[in-house]
This record gives sequence, structure tokens and C-alpha cells, in this order.
Amino acid sequence: MDEARISRRGWSPRLWLAGGWLLIALLAAIFAPLVAPQDPLAQDLMLERLPPFWLDGAEPGYWLGTDSLGRDLLSRLIFGGRIAFIVAFAAASAACLVGSTLGLIAGYFGGWADRIISRIVDIWMAFPPVLFAILLVAVLGTGLSSVILAIAIIDWTRFCRVIRAEAMGQSRMDYVENARIAGYGRIGIMLREVLPNVVPSIVALLSLEMGIAVIVEAILSFVNLSISTDDPTWGGIIAEGRLSIHQAWWVLVFPLVTLILTVLSFSQFGEALKSRFDPVLR
Amino acid sequence: MSACLDIANLSAVLANGQRVLRSVSLTVQPGEVRALVGESGAGKTMIGKAVLGVLPSSVSIVEGDMRLEGEDLGKLPPKARRALIGARTALIPQDPLTALNPSRRIGPQMTDRLVRILGWSGDGADRRTRQLLDEVQIRDPDRVLKSYPHELSGGMRQRVLIAAAFAAEPRLIVADEPTTALDVTVQKQILRLIAALQREHGTAILFVTHDLGVVAKISQKVSVLYAGKVVEEAGTADLFAAPRHPYTRALMAATPRYTDPFASLKPVDETVLAGLAAEIAAADQAWRRPNG
Repeated sequence: MDEARISRRGWSPRLWLAGGWLLIALLAAIFAPLVAPQDPLAQDLMLERLPPFWLDGAEPGYWLGTDSLGRDLLSRLIFGGRIAFIVAFAAASAACLVGSTLGLIAGYFGGWADRIISRIVDIWMAFPPVLFAILLVAVLGTGLSSVILAIAIIDWTRFCRVIRAEAMGQSRMDYVENARIAGYGRIGIMLREVLPNVVPSIVALLSLEMGIAVIVEAILSFVNLSISTDDPTWGGIIAEGRLSIHQAWWVLVFPLVTLILTVLSFSQFGEALKSRFDPVLR
Repeated sequence: MSACLDIANLSAVLANGQRVLRSVSLTVQPGEVRALVGESGAGKTMIGKAVLGVLPSSVSIVEGDMRLEGEDLGKLPPKARRALIGARTALIPQDPLTALNPSRRIGPQMTDRLVRILGWSGDGADRRTRQLLDEVQIRDPDRVLKSYPHELSGGMRQRVLIAAAFAAEPRLIVADEPTTALDVTVQKQILRLIAALQREHGTAILFVTHDLGVVAKISQKVSVLYAGKVVEEAGTADLFAAPRHPYTRALMAATPRYTDPFASLKPVDETVLAGLAAEIAAADQAWRRPNG
């Protein structure tokens, strides 16, 4: 009976849809050269602005149509997914590692450690994040690693705040006091008693942050500050699509839908994972 | 032979200077149960926390000393003090629902301490844990050890905590209202278990409670606490036979009785409280003078 409840809660339609979309998008991105029907960079002015397959004038092999330079939209989306996922995983993990560690220290130790870390977070969060990102990439130079670095540098505060509050709550629990009495060291208590109880939140935040990283990457591509302009990125495609919205709406709409679905899936997936990781909810 | 726990003249203040413990003295002899009784806010739990070295940071000890088996806790360096407290004392907490880590299984929570702090072998710790679970009458140790805390009832969790407290053979156990959070039928069983294990292991217990019925059942000595001051100290039998302090008498009168539940539910008398307030003011005056 327990088993049935777990499986129902763990695999709701929400999780199926979110996980399914992420899996498909991820696999397509990994195997992009095999999956993509066309070369994402091949221009053909004879084939410019072809509509998607169900409209008149569509060409077979160009399922979602082409852009103003005759490049296949589906292939560009698939290749753009590669960059989106690399950025999502790398930037979110880096932000998570830094933010959670500092948050755990601030929340558990309190006192001076908390005061210093919290002030830094306050100051950090006073910067408008998108502007901050654009500034950072402008300073660091464009390229995949600076985009990842910029997102991590901006968004670690998100983890820090939440994990600090959670660790603070955990530190007041009786079992932490019991561990003190038993003679455990403070760092041992932090890692053994406090950390396991904040892991569900870390997992949920991590997934959410991946979605946010995808958005920030798209924004940076949109303003042409992400990767070199040759590689297709979702934000880059959206920026191009914006220019030809009246002649070829699909160039704007499909990358937008892809982006929204991915970000939404990340956040839903995170929620579902949180309840799976939490022994009390499980 | 020195007392298991000897507290002499212990005073503690809050950050704002308000006194929360007023020259408390009490001793717990080896193998003895000393009840510490008083109403909420009287400082009972504070004394327990002071002994175990987990006072909240807002409270500081300004005077007095505590000796654990003759060792002056105030004179030991922090590390040695922690080690001593960890090896010789244990806590049976008030609320079994928050005293176990919700994200770890019972087994490792119980054996961890024996292995990591006291250096037992994994096998030895496991055997010992099972033996203690048997002593607290848990009949399916395999299931319990594999469970997460939320999968057990409050009474079961308190049994686990009692087993954990006795596992390392501490000399002194601080039991901080161990039955308050449980329902009445379970309270009785838990109380009996603690009494039985105490006798068998010969452990001294500082038993914090607000329930005089519990005091009568479990303890040999009682200290009555009011506003951080010990107002009466006596053998349990003597105290119930002939309470000397008016507050003690008032407390006894306020205990509900099944024979006449409404008549006995009297709050403590005004004149008694006025007398107590005067007594405490006088004590504070006497205390401030030598310290400026």
C-alpha cells in the first residue's frame, strides 16, 4: 500500500510530462549531429522563409520551416539545445555549490559568519541581475565559459538565501542539540545532521536554477553577448525571428515555445524531485 | 566518594541582566534520581542545559560551579569539557518528535555516537543497540532500526531515545520532561521504562518535570524551583509527608485529583506568590551587593 502511494506521488502526469520533455530535449541535444535533419548552418537563399510542414509551400525535410537565410529551424533548435543544456548544468551546479556552502555556513554557525555572508548577499542582490550579467560578459569576453561563470556569479545568492534560512531552522532542532551533547564537532554536525535535511531544497532549487540559467543564456544570446554568433542558440534564434515576425512568425514562435517548455519542465521536475528526496513527504 | 553532579551557587543572567538562575545548589548522588520540579519558566530546563553545556547564547553563567564526578566543568578547556559531557552524560529530551533527525534512519543515528565518539566497533555498537532496544521492549528491532523517525509513533520514538541515552552507560542522564509530549497511557509506560532502566544500570538521573505525580513515582530526592531559585529541597517521601515551604504546599494543592477534579484545580494562592516575590527580591538584593 505504501509502495502504491509512493509510485503515484512520484510519477504524476506532471512529472511524466516534465521529465519526458527534458529527456527528449536532452537526448536530441546530445545526439544533435545524428538527429538534426539538416546542417544548422547551411544557408540556402532558394529555401528562405519556408513555412512549417503543415502549411502550403513547406518543403519535406524542413519540418519547422526555415529562417530568412534558408537555414533549417528544427536543426538550429536542436543544436541550440546543446548550448542551453551545457549552460544549464554547468552554471546551475556552480551556483549551487557556492551558494549552498555559504548558506549552510551562515545558517548553521550564525554570528559573524552569518553577518558577513548575509551582507554580501544583500549587496549582491541589489544589482539588477540581467544588467549585471551583461556587464560581466562584456568584461569577461563572450564565450561559453564566461556565460557559465557570469550566471554562477550572479545566481549563487539564490541558493545562499534559501539554504541559510533552512539551515538556521534546522540548527534550532533538538537533534542538533543532542548531537552537541553527544560531543560531535560543529562541522560534523553541520554535515551529518543539518545538510541531509536541506538536500531536498537544494535539489529543487538546482532544477529551478537550470531553468533560470537557460533563460539568462537566451537573454545574453538575444543581445548577442553569448557564444560566437555562428553557433545557433535559442536566444539568438529568437533575436533573428523578431526581425521577420511579419514574414515568418515560426522563426520566433518555435524557439520561444521550446524555451518556455524547457524552463517550465525544469521547475516542475524540481518540485517533484523535492518530494522524492524528502523522507517525510515520501 | 564525590557526588555524580554537584551544582553550587549557580547563577545565570540574560543579556539584559535579568537573573534566570538564582544561586542554585543541588547534588545528584551516584545512582540516585533527583527530581527538579517547578512551573513553566522556573528554570528547570535551564539547569539541565547548563549541565549539558548547551545553554542558549543569550544566557550566561555569572557565578557558581558545576562538578561532574568531581571534575569542575568551568575549569576545563572547552574541548575537554565537551568530551567529558559527551562521555558521561546523556539527555532524554522533552519532545521525541523533534529529537531525532528526520532524514536519517534510526539505526545509524543510534550507533553513530558509539562508533564515532566513543570508538566502539561497528559490530559492538550494533549489538549494544539491539540489546538496549530489547530493554525498552521494542520487539522488532530490525524494522525499527531501518525506519525513519516519522514512521514510528511518539511513544516508540521516546523508547528509541531512552535506549540511545542508556546505550553508552552514562553516569548521569538529564531527563527533560520526558513524558510531557506523550499521551497519558504512553506516559505511564515510558515512566516505568525509565525507572526500570535506571535501577538496572544504576544511572543517576536529574529528572526535570512539572508533574508532582511523576516526582512521587520516580525520584528519591526533590528540589522545588520557583523563578530560578530552589525554594525547598527534601527527600521525596519527606516532601510529600510534610512540605515545609508554602509554595510547595500550594503546588500540591493545585494537583488535580480524580476523586474531586474541580475542587482541586486551584491556582497558587496570591499570598503565597507575594511571599515568594518578597523572598526573591531579598535574595537578589543580597546577591547584588557583593558583586557591586
